[in-house]
Amino acid sequence: MGHSPAAVPAVETRDLKRVFKGSRGSPEVVALAGVDLRIERGEVFGLLGPNGAGKTTAIKILNTLLYPTSGEARVAGHDVVREAAEVRRRIALVSGGESSGYGILNVRECLWMFSQFYGVPRAEADARVDRLIETLGLKDLAKTRINRLSTGQRQRMNFARGFVSDPEILFLDEPTLGMDVNAARELREFVLTWVRESPGRTVLLTTHYMAEADMMCDRIAIIDRGRTLACDAPSALRRAVEGGQHVELEVLGVPEGLADVDGIAVTWGAPHPERGTHTMKLRLADGGQLPLVLRALDARGVSVRGVSTRETSLEDAFIAIVGRGLDDSEAPR
Amino acid sequence: MSLAAALPAIEHRPRHTGARLFAHAMLARMYVRIVGSLREPTWMIADAIFPNLGMCAFVLLYRALGAPRSYEALALIGGVLTTYWINVLWGMGAQLYFEKMQGQLALYFAAPCSRLAILSGMALGGLVATLLRSLVGVAIGLWVFHVQVAPFSPWVLAGVFVLTMVALYALGMTLSSLFLLYGREAWHTANALQEPVYFLSGLYFPVRTLGALGATAAGVLPLTLGTDALRQVLLGPAAQGLLPLGQECLALAGFGVLFLFLAGRAMAYLEALAKREGRLTQRWQ
Repeated sequence: MGHSPAAVPAVETRDLKRVFKGSRGSPEVVALAGVDLRIERGEVFGLLGPNGAGKTTAIKILNTLLYPTSGEARVAGHDVVREAAEVRRRIALVSGGESSGYGILNVRECLWMFSQFYGVPRAEADARVDRLIETLGLKDLAKTRINRLSTGQRQRMNFARGFVSDPEILFLDEPTLGMDVNAARELREFVLTWVRESPGRTVLLTTHYMAEADMMCDRIAIIDRGRTLACDAPSALRRAVEGGQHVELEVLGVPEGLADVDGIAVTWGAPHPERGTHTMKLRLADGGQLPLVLRALDARGVSVRGVSTRETSLEDAFIAIVGRGLDDSEAPR
Repeated sequence: MSLAAALPAIEHRPRHTGARLFAHAMLARMYVRIVGSLREPTWMIADAIFPNLGMCAFVLLYRALGAPRSYEALALIGGVLTTYWINVLWGMGAQLYFEKMQGQLALYFAAPCSRLAILSGMALGGLVATLLRSLVGVAIGLWVFHVQVAPFSPWVLAGVFVLTMVALYALGMTLSSLFLLYGREAWHTANALQEPVYFLSGLYFPVRTLGALGATAAGVLPLTLGTDALRQVLLGPAAQGLLPLGQECLALAGFGVLFLFLAGRAMAYLEALAKREGRLTQRWQ
């Protein structure tokens, strides 16, 4: 149609829906309830949401692994259902904790094998595999069998696999899962360098680590229960909930189902079983509300063991939009 | 980490498509099989020695009973083909199920190469690897037991062998998709098929001894026809052939075409099912 590749968005979805049939009498599950996304070329785009939000379903549809129930999804301008072959030539997928490759092969052979599944010509494949092995710190392991790699080393190799075909659009589904801090930081830097080096490259990232999304992503879509709740730059998402004071209280003796304190919504962080306490998160209009909250909790028999305040973070924005944190429970039991 | 020396300096060439992509993907998957068969010495022993023990037992049994020498050759040919049948069942039929359990199936489905290229690579790699193992059986038969064969044309032997392998591995390619549909039952399905097919294929006895009805029923198995055809080439009339050699070759060629067609259809069905239900690329379902 005369559009240059740069003019075509990397990913575009319109009213994308996916419903899974229930098995053995269980009700059907609405994984995506009408998601609209537009990811431009050159972006590092984050998809954030709690467990079951629909992130992996969306990634599978965009990688031609799943049909949508309705709606439309296009990758590099190609429909994921009708033009799946065209889509596959342009993408690569790396999932955290995956176990790609065969244990009998060494790292170099495994990366070469996948390059051949993507049709990379031999000379380019050899050069690219060697360069990836060197750049991602796998040089000493190049001839080590995969079944002898540690989890972190294997994850590095999986990560390298995503780049052997030099895709236009790279899907990273929890790519640093299980990695140590330094390795995760190096890989994040590698991805950002890779994207910036060529204008056509795009990354769609799902992650459980807010800091990772904040550091890497140009824009983030927050989804929950199959719907897009917000989509903007991390700074813009933070600005939207700025103002007021973010307070975290470590509390003991919480009444079951406590959802607000004098009308101020409460979200819950992970419990501290060793101390028998829970983390209660509140966003106060101003500092003057804090004594009132403490008194209200005291009146309900809740013992406050610690108080902390901080700047607005992406997590605050996420909580304000979704109503709970990525790993938070709905309420303590 | 030297990010400055990252990837863009590499000359980016157009990707292979069509037949070249098919060939490259097939060779890459074939490479895994061949490396796998050579790199692990314990596998060599398990794959090359153990399957031939049954053949040795039958050769010794026929010898102890004073059966004609041609019966020893029947058992040798059957023993050699046993290694291929085991490979077809476990290395082809059950392989996609194992790939799914590894989480690898999704990566195949997301790659631009044909799934048939992957299956063909598995088949060719399995064939080459098993060829090495089957030669151990031939060596045992000829040099340890001094099994005798009649004069034969190597070209006819090669032709019949190729037809047999195409039919067998095409069947394996079809089974790989069908086994996957059974999910966790793949192990049981493979086990259930192993011994009955050994029996019906007459791997260690002339298939004619099953009687007319049994032999006709067994004749629908490519392994039966392949075994019988190879025996006819190597033993002549002593093979007690089921059908004339030409007819068996035609039937094997037909089986090859049929099973290759079915393999393509089964894989397309499987992929559509995976996308529709979203469960075949999940490890635990």
